[in-house]
Amino acid sequence: MSYSVTEPSPRQKWLAGTLVILYAVITMIPLLWIMMTGFKTPPDSISYPPKVFFEPSVEGYVNLFTTRTRVSPEQLESLPPPENFAEEIVRNRDMVIAGPSKFAGRFLNSVIIGFGSTFLSIFLGTLAAYAFSRFRIPLADDLLFFILSTRMMPPIAVAIPIFLMYRKLGLSDTHLGMILLYTAVNISLAVWLLKGFIDEIPREYEEAALIDGYTRFQAFYKVVLPQAATGIASTAIFCLIFAWNEYAFAVLLTSGTAQTAPPFIPTIIGVGGLDWPAIAAGATLFLLPVMIFTVMLRKHLLRGITFGAVRK
Amino acid sequence: MAEVSLSKLCKSFGREQAVIDMDMTIANGSFVVLLGPTGAGKTTTLRLISGLEKADSGSVSIDGQSVDNETPAQRDVAMVFQQYSLYPHMSVRNNLAFPLRSPILKTPKAEIERKVHEVAEILQITAKLDNRATELSGGEMQRVSIGRALVRDPAIYLMDEPLSSLDARLRADLRIELKRIQSDLGSTLLYVTHDQIEAMTMATHVGVMQDGRLIQFGTPREIYENPNSIYVAGRLGLPRINILPADLFPGTANKAVNLGLRPEHISYGDGVEASVKRVEHLGDQTRLHLDLKGHAITALSPPGNPYQAGSTIKIQPQNPLCFDQSGSRISGRT
Repeated sequence: MSYSVTEPSPRQKWLAGTLVILYAVITMIPLLWIMMTGFKTPPDSISYPPKVFFEPSVEGYVNLFTTRTRVSPEQLESLPPPENFAEEIVRNRDMVIAGPSKFAGRFLNSVIIGFGSTFLSIFLGTLAAYAFSRFRIPLADDLLFFILSTRMMPPIAVAIPIFLMYRKLGLSDTHLGMILLYTAVNISLAVWLLKGFIDEIPREYEEAALIDGYTRFQAFYKVVLPQAATGIASTAIFCLIFAWNEYAFAVLLTSGTAQTAPPFIPTIIGVGGLDWPAIAAGATLFLLPVMIFTVMLRKHLLRGITFGAVRK
Repeated sequence: MAEVSLSKLCKSFGREQAVIDMDMTIANGSFVVLLGPTGAGKTTTLRLISGLEKADSGSVSIDGQSVDNETPAQRDVAMVFQQYSLYPHMSVRNNLAFPLRSPILKTPKAEIERKVHEVAEILQITAKLDNRATELSGGEMQRVSIGRALVRDPAIYLMDEPLSSLDARLRADLRIELKRIQSDLGSTLLYVTHDQIEAMTMATHVGVMQDGRLIQFGTPREIYENPNSIYVAGRLGLPRINILPADLFPGTANKAVNLGLRPEHISYGDGVEASVKRVEHLGDQTRLHLDLKGHAITALSPPGNPYQAGSTIKIQPQNPLCFDQSGSRISGRT
């Protein structure tokens, strides 16, 4: 398909540029505010009027990773000098570090469950999408509709049955249980998105590989998969974002060993007053993996837009 | 290299019958060209031999062995597709090496390198070996596509209009090159084309297909000189054969309804009057466009063309082909 585009005038370009920047700024403000709050001291974080310029502090991060207990000034006097900067920050508030907090563990749980379920969704989704795209499957359209229909209600609507099922099966509060659950939710999205991408890849490529001496699976692996990379990357991002941010099931089904970061971060509020910097620090760290993952796959995301523009 | 034979091969897609009762033997070392319009079943025939399609009935055998239950990989065939089917994520070198690296061939590294270079040399793409497949022009892509077949030494090469997307000069070069490779190696080749020059110059045998059936099979000369129907006669020859009602030329004694006159089958100076509409000088030959009682005729002018546009001349058929009402060939007068 070809079409001609008239070159925009400088004024149009200027207007478009301004709008894009304005939109970017508006969407970035909350994120920026969270990141800034993470580096404020607790009094700065709740000062009024809000402080845009402030002296940065890592107190939020120290509080995020530690649990602390209050001590009397006399006890504080009798302690040996602080061993590190964290200890020093905490003692300024008449407290001592009692031990590490659970944040690191919860964060790790999020990584395991988020990436694990993304991998599984993509793995199963790609195989299923390939089968739907290439083979004549009886009732294929109905099956595809059925797969999608799992997304037609909010997943939380089935929370109670899943809760009961998981308790019976011993999957409550386990990594495996959460990975399976998020995979089940994501896989319909993965199958549908990936089927679209695989449909776009001409069959001739696989046929050529079949004749070149490869089996169907080898042709899939060596020829289809590399070309579906764009689709796989964008689908993976969507799956990861869902699994990473999911809150309701995480609250319901995890409490200890497999608890992810989203239900954990708000619990910080309860520990020693409203510690906004610690919460903001947790939110900032929580953002990073998805951000890094998206930036890493950015090239593929952009290519995804131009997908299908190849000469046939 | 091997003999490939098809017996009673049938294939339909839904209601549409693509190939009907196809019997054909492609002898070892022969170059068979399939001719026919779009939709005649030529490509389906190639796909049935390669194993990309499963026949509804009938059988394909390669080297005397039935291959009906074998996968395309097991059949040891090489195929050049009509559309470029290079692997876009690979370099030209890897595209060419891909069949050699297959689990069936498992060619040693040095051998791969040697063959890739040899083929690249023949197809004049050595300079492009390290380019990505997507960075090539259409002609280069098609050459790599042919090269991917040539690196192998399969039982049969199947080629589906491999030269159709190339420019005229490259097409002429590659045509000669393909024919040379085929006769040097004694390869068996089944080739689909619309191009009569390709068919006439490269083929040892030509098969003409119509609506899924193989209606005539023979050497290019046989097909050209002795077609069994108007349809076959029209597939070869440029300018096309002139089909005229037999009664235009009085004295046609037998029951022929139509006469087939190739442009060179016309003698001048005697017979029926026709007016010269247009004269085309092509350099090596001159064509006359004639009008005979409302029927357009294209004829080859005698050497040193004595005729002008607008003049009236007398023409007479010479060894015409005679056809009956249904278009089948019948023996005619000489």
